[in-house]
Amino acid sequence: MALFASQTSASMVRSGISDFWQRLRRSPIGLVGFFMLLVVVVLAVFAPWLAPYDPYAPVRARIDTIYAPPSWEHPMGTDDGGKDVLSSFIYGARVSLIVGFAASLISIFIGGLIGLVAGYYGGWVGNTLMRFTDTFLVIPDLPLIIVMVALLGPSLWNIILAIGILGWTGAARLVRSQVISIKERQFVTRARAIGASNPHIIFRHILPLALPLILANSTLVISLAILNESTLAFLGLGDPTTISWGSMLHFAFGRGAISAGAWWALVMPGLGIVWVVLGWTLFGYMLEELVNPRLRTHHLMPERKRAE
Amino acid sequence: MPLLEVRNLSTDFITPEGVALRAVDNLSFTLERSETLGLVGESGCGKTTAMLSLLRLLPASGRIAQGQVLFDGEDLLALSPAEFRQRRWRDIAMVFQGAMNALNPVRTVGDQVREAIITHLPWERDKLGQRVGELLELVGIPAWRASQYPHQYSGGMRQRAMIAMALACNPQLVVADEPTTALDVMIQAQILDLIDRLRRDLDLAMIIVTHDLGVVAESCQKVLVMYGGRVAEYGTVDEVFTNPQHPYTQRLLRAFPDIDNPQGELVSIPGAPPRLSDLPTGCRFHPRCTMAVERCRTELPELRQVGPNQWSACHLNETIPLLTNVATRLAGR
Repeated sequence: MALFASQTSASMVRSGISDFWQRLRRSPIGLVGFFMLLVVVVLAVFAPWLAPYDPYAPVRARIDTIYAPPSWEHPMGTDDGGKDVLSSFIYGARVSLIVGFAASLISIFIGGLIGLVAGYYGGWVGNTLMRFTDTFLVIPDLPLIIVMVALLGPSLWNIILAIGILGWTGAARLVRSQVISIKERQFVTRARAIGASNPHIIFRHILPLALPLILANSTLVISLAILNESTLAFLGLGDPTTISWGSMLHFAFGRGAISAGAWWALVMPGLGIVWVVLGWTLFGYMLEELVNPRLRTHHLMPERKRAE
Repeated sequence: MPLLEVRNLSTDFITPEGVALRAVDNLSFTLERSETLGLVGESGCGKTTAMLSLLRLLPASGRIAQGQVLFDGEDLLALSPAEFRQRRWRDIAMVFQGAMNALNPVRTVGDQVREAIITHLPWERDKLGQRVGELLELVGIPAWRASQYPHQYSGGMRQRAMIAMALACNPQLVVADEPTTALDVMIQAQILDLIDRLRRDLDLAMIIVTHDLGVVAESCQKVLVMYGGRVAEYGTVDEVFTNPQHPYTQRLLRAFPDIDNPQGELVSIPGAPPRLSDLPTGCRFHPRCTMAVERCRTELPELRQVGPNQWSACHLNETIPLLTNVATRLAGR
């Protein structure tokens, strides 16, 4: 019996994954996004093996190695310090992904919690929380992030914290609206009848149903966090001890890459930012389509251009 | 002492404008141990609201305006919410209307049955799975299916899983709210057989909310007919079904096919139950009643005894007190 049971649950998981794959295969947009991200993840994880040089190692710059054009030795040229641009670029993927994941985790956690509580309890609790959310929503993100980072000090974790605690408003509103609809369903009344406590109902009954939407939303939060980090670094508020695409742009821009005609020092990090943000956005579209049935074409709907 | 005694229970719904609409008005009945009560009436006459009031599960706009719910002599409405939460599934459990909605689609059925047990009973963790299996087998579901999700169950199985969940804490009273709605006739019969068997084996008292008078005739000892939130007629099934006193009960019974007289004409009741915001004056049934007299339009009829174990709320019953008394005396003999 037990064997049978574990088999069925294993097949459930497998069918979930294969369902995901099938939908991914049928969505070219999602597929493109997925492989764009795969490239970035591979770069970030295997950076020490992929990068031809260690960008953190001190380099003695000579006049002919500063802004050296692409060559066999340096496929993407060198930067203002005579360092290999390609190596910095590869290591920069790490910062992007770390900031993206960590900041969005904070955002999703705060936003999810506020959305769950506001949606479930409603009334004055919900109203207070949503007005609080609205307040955060109208605060211009970037200036506040800049102020926070300036006050806290520009370390990677402070940047993550600042981006994270300012990016949760979307998630909160999304989760709240979803919770309001889920809490009216009868299994919630049934759980209450059983004697389940409110936290139990929120986390065991409502959260699992809101989770797919939260995950889909998190991809957009990630790309926003990456953009914010690049902006901060470009403005010179990045962590000075780490190499990120934003800080590469900052140094190239501030140290005369344009007048030196060193396009490679600007194009590479710029391309990286566009690449990863676009990847997340495309992948996010597919995920959203997957978890939001309303976006899926229905067989009873009049013929329209299908997403696949 | 009866197991459950409901006294003058009234429930209001508060509209957003602050107007109180009475959905259940002055409901009283008693239920003995291992007895089954059928609660019948058209949709919207307050059956489900009355049951949700018993379990204090009313939606946010619902308020219990007055009344007592004595369970084993103790007033459940006087308990604090926390105290009541502890008692709910242990004393009174409920089988909800429409099992597909009452099960969480993203959690396994076994997990949800387990939930009911751990909330109330200090069960040993390692024996929990076994207990869940037992409960499922009790309602005819193989124990290994505990690890499956509701969508892998058929409609009848889901309903049976809901019954298993209701039995999880060995309650003394189970309220079944339309347990057979949305099931086909064969499955309906299976579920009713199951309910009947469990009631006898486990010595349960039950309240079955239903539209199906056949279900009441077959599985209940008592019947309570509601109309417009009030009791129209109440009594033992034997008396009410053979000698209905309230015009509404009479018409309900005529609207239902009789297996002994398949050629008999079915007569529907024209009109619809009154809306809560627009209740008629006097007797709530008078706009649809063919026997209504002037008094019915102005005066609300009280529930009065019309037989040894039968009560009816109709002015017309008063005009034949002699007959009723004779019947009572005859029955007494």
